[in-house]
Amino acid sequence: MHCRSPEHYSRRTLLKAAGIGGLSSISWLTPLATALARAQETDKRNAGKRPKSLIVLWMEGAPSQLETFDPHPGTEIAAGSKAIQTNAPGIMLGKGLEQTATLMDSISIVRALTSKEGDHERAIYNVKTGYRPDPTLTHPSIGSVICHQLKDAAGTTIDIPRHVSILPGQLPGRGGYLGDSYDAFKVFDPLGSIPDVKTLVKKDRQKQRLLDLQRMDQKFISSRANNQIVEGKLGNHNLEAALKMMSSEQLKAFDISELPIGVRQPFGDTPFGRGCLAAIGLIESGVRCVEVTLGGWDTHVNNHELQGNRIKVLDPAFASLIRELKARDLLDTTMVVCGGEFGRTPWVNGLGGRDHWPHGFSVAMAGGGIQGGRVVGETSPAPERGSKTPSKFLRDANPIENLHATILNRLGIDYSRELDTPIGRPLKICAGQPIGGLFE
Amino acid sequence: MIGAIAVASFLMGYDPDTRLSVLAFSSPSSHLSRSATGSTSGSLSVRSASPALPVASTPAVGTIVDRVDAAFGASWRDAGLQAASEVDHLRYARRMSLGLTGTVPSLEEIRVLESVPRNLRNERWVKHLLADERTSLFLAERLARAFVGVEDGPFLVYRRSRFVSWLALQIRNNLPYDRLVKQILTGNGIWTQNPSVNFYSRTLDQNENENDTQVDPVRLAGRTSRALLGMRIDCLQCHDDFLGNVNLGDPAEPSGGQQTDFHALAAFFSGTEASLGGVNTGPAPVPWKVQLLNASEERAMTPALPFLRELDGDEPNLRLRLANWVTHPENRPCARAIINRMWAIVYGRPLVEPVDDIPLEGPFPKPLEIMVDDFIGCGYDLHRLVRVIATCKPARLDSMATFEITRSHGRHFAVFPLRRLRPDQVAGAIVQSSSLTTIDQQAHVLDRLMKFGSQQEFVRRFGDPGEDEFKERGETVTQKLLMMNGSMLSDRINEGIHSVAHLASLSPNADKLLETLFLIVLSRRPTAEEQQHFIPSIKAVAGSQKKERAQDIYWALVNSIEFTWNH
Repeated sequence: MHCRSPEHYSRRTLLKAAGIGGLSSISWLTPLATALARAQETDKRNAGKRPKSLIVLWMEGAPSQLETFDPHPGTEIAAGSKAIQTNAPGIMLGKGLEQTATLMDSISIVRALTSKEGDHERAIYNVKTGYRPDPTLTHPSIGSVICHQLKDAAGTTIDIPRHVSILPGQLPGRGGYLGDSYDAFKVFDPLGSIPDVKTLVKKDRQKQRLLDLQRMDQKFISSRANNQIVEGKLGNHNLEAALKMMSSEQLKAFDISELPIGVRQPFGDTPFGRGCLAAIGLIESGVRCVEVTLGGWDTHVNNHELQGNRIKVLDPAFASLIRELKARDLLDTTMVVCGGEFGRTPWVNGLGGRDHWPHGFSVAMAGGGIQGGRVVGETSPAPERGSKTPSKFLRDANPIENLHATILNRLGIDYSRELDTPIGRPLKICAGQPIGGLFE
Repeated sequence: MIGAIAVASFLMGYDPDTRLSVLAFSSPSSHLSRSATGSTSGSLSVRSASPALPVASTPAVGTIVDRVDAAFGASWRDAGLQAASEVDHLRYARRMSLGLTGTVPSLEEIRVLESVPRNLRNERWVKHLLADERTSLFLAERLARAFVGVEDGPFLVYRRSRFVSWLALQIRNNLPYDRLVKQILTGNGIWTQNPSVNFYSRTLDQNENENDTQVDPVRLAGRTSRALLGMRIDCLQCHDDFLGNVNLGDPAEPSGGQQTDFHALAAFFSGTEASLGGVNTGPAPVPWKVQLLNASEERAMTPALPFLRELDGDEPNLRLRLANWVTHPENRPCARAIINRMWAIVYGRPLVEPVDDIPLEGPFPKPLEIMVDDFIGCGYDLHRLVRVIATCKPARLDSMATFEITRSHGRHFAVFPLRRLRPDQVAGAIVQSSSLTTIDQQAHVLDRLMKFGSQQEFVRRFGDPGEDEFKERGETVTQKLLMMNGSMLSDRINEGIHSVAHLASLSPNADKLLETLFLIVLSRRPTAEEQQHFIPSIKAVAGSQKKERAQDIYWALVNSIEFTWNH
């Protein structure tokens, strides 16, 4: 909605032309207006086609590849970590991912991902945007790019934001140079209420408040109507969208509290598990990108135990997400990506921890055409400690921008297209190349 | 915490407390004498003492302001532009408060300001703000964003909050800026005891090599060029300039920046170590090796300065050598960088945009060059700089005019810019707007804690703009929802002594209630038209309904464009 797709503007234009939008009528979205707008939108699109969406399970803090998606059991670098077999021949996962292992034929793993960022904030930026931090330009996150590039779902009017971050961590997806309107809408544990969407007063008072506000704003704007510098900028532009969202039935997608316990329980009784369940409802409602964050992976001390605790939360949620997407016939059109900002060192430090390791880490991918049961890239079971060229211990390595190109390409976005940026330099949406071997 | 009698007195329009009268009744000279002794207390009193700065040949601030104004005037004439007229004192007070403290004036401050003779109000207001600890903290946060960014960084070796507090202390004490820069560039020791070194420790990565204690010369070179020299040369990290965007060398005859220029600057930081033992220059030189674009192997870079190389010295300590060069009185880019940034902070947008990209060879706005001469000539005096910026004509001009305001008016600073408030300003303004008294360092500790906590949370939800905070941004639905229904606003409407509900209960009549609401939120009185709209609706109700009406009006005012924009 506030991703400002061309269709959204069309609808707004229609509403404006019909004279029924704006503050002049507090019940500003009449059923007629909605029907007219929907009809116009539907005509323009290929009705019946479900759009493609993305769910990012964001493991903030950086999970250890050795304890999750790239185990090397029995080697020195495993440091005692165990691995388990999966239902995909030849692919092993870290111990604790038993439920995920039963779905491995639907999941593929990209191992040997690399980046040049070993600092959390910089690496998060790098992985979420596909670009390294650049002080002269803020790049958009992948969810923002998807919202910018893709249209709304056919035949639907989306009242809620199309880019959502559940349990946001340090750097939830940002619109960057595409604009703040592409920022992820941040929500917390789906068991609780969504922040700031409930009117604090009864209807009659809210109506009076809006009338008072309208009076104040009209005066302010009209007294500055001769100011060309702020032409088109000066206004309470998002008031309409906010009011629409506040009264939308689609808000229910954020709330899983009324879902049967039998639906909720498999995801785990955790905020992350609930976030994964809510993500499905949001995708069904037309949201394009949902990011669900699970933090606590930064295990500089006591790595095995702390990673194990996180895996206990991840496994039921990840597996249930895949199962439920399949059950609702959403997996083909919804890509799920699970990973963090980098990996962790093959060697355990003196405190039993693993430190930062951007020289070969893993993400798991499913849905959206991902074949499943495949592995791309390989890390060495015996890398050289302190090597100045750690990449020589990788096979079929991919830089992080290739992961972006893969996702964007699969979602039907021309990832190599150049966009104008505020610094006057056209920039490719993504500088990488799609990773081969993941799709048919 | 202020008592009900005092609150009622504020509402009635007079000052019950003699401690508040410093601004109102002191002459300029007595105000300055208080500044020198730092002996007064109270929310409007002057509390800090500035260290001695060169004064013998220092021209009066007014003289420089006149020269700056004359330069702006000439540019308006040359461009055939009419400048807007000057704003009234309250609007000026509001924009300066937002620019220097990140909040709006309290009713307490407004009452006292209005008791100052008209011709002294603007000048006194700036002095008052400069003496306020909120200003040093606010400016420190702004500068810290340029020096170290906004992220938390490596936990074991970096303390951003210490760095900000240290900066605030230096600003409050008016440490000359060249010395401030030198302390940052040459600092050694532990980040908790010598917080300036967080400039270096911020760049340390927690990677696989426990013995790797080298700071990151690349990130430090980028920071130094942008924050301290006002030049974006980051693209040279990877390649020579091929777009003509970066000129280096001789300012009179600049040449395109080379990749080697960037890495020669980075080489000044090679060998600086940051470990649990603190930041220090290592025992032996560490060459900075780089594999340049299209080169087949690495080469060691010799430390070299990117321009004005004739100012270079022969100091063996590389960081001291760099600091001496950056702060050399003839290195004008250093002065331009901080003046442009301070202008952006106080005025809302920089003289040269973006704030950290001033071409080495110019052209430079003439007012900027006048301020550069004054800043360097007067010993890099930051307080003086703020006074010059805050009192020169562009800061006093209206954002409205009777004539058509064109983009040319904006480019020439012939009207005050209409800008959306930054998140920190919105939060600060909301916190202050429900209180009659000033929530500053003298406020009750609980009020201050509440202010800090709620501001942090609000900015987090609203969206922190990060380092690039002077870029214009649009509003998001999230922000609108937060403004309409967020807990920060509802807390201020509904609860406690700093709430609209409390205020409504103390107002003697509808006229006074409306005036108070407008003053605390918009820093102005309601117009006759607004009185006609609001007062009947207040008079029509009583008891709890009167309180609700006050709350609803407050809500509308806080959500208005007038509140959420600087103008």
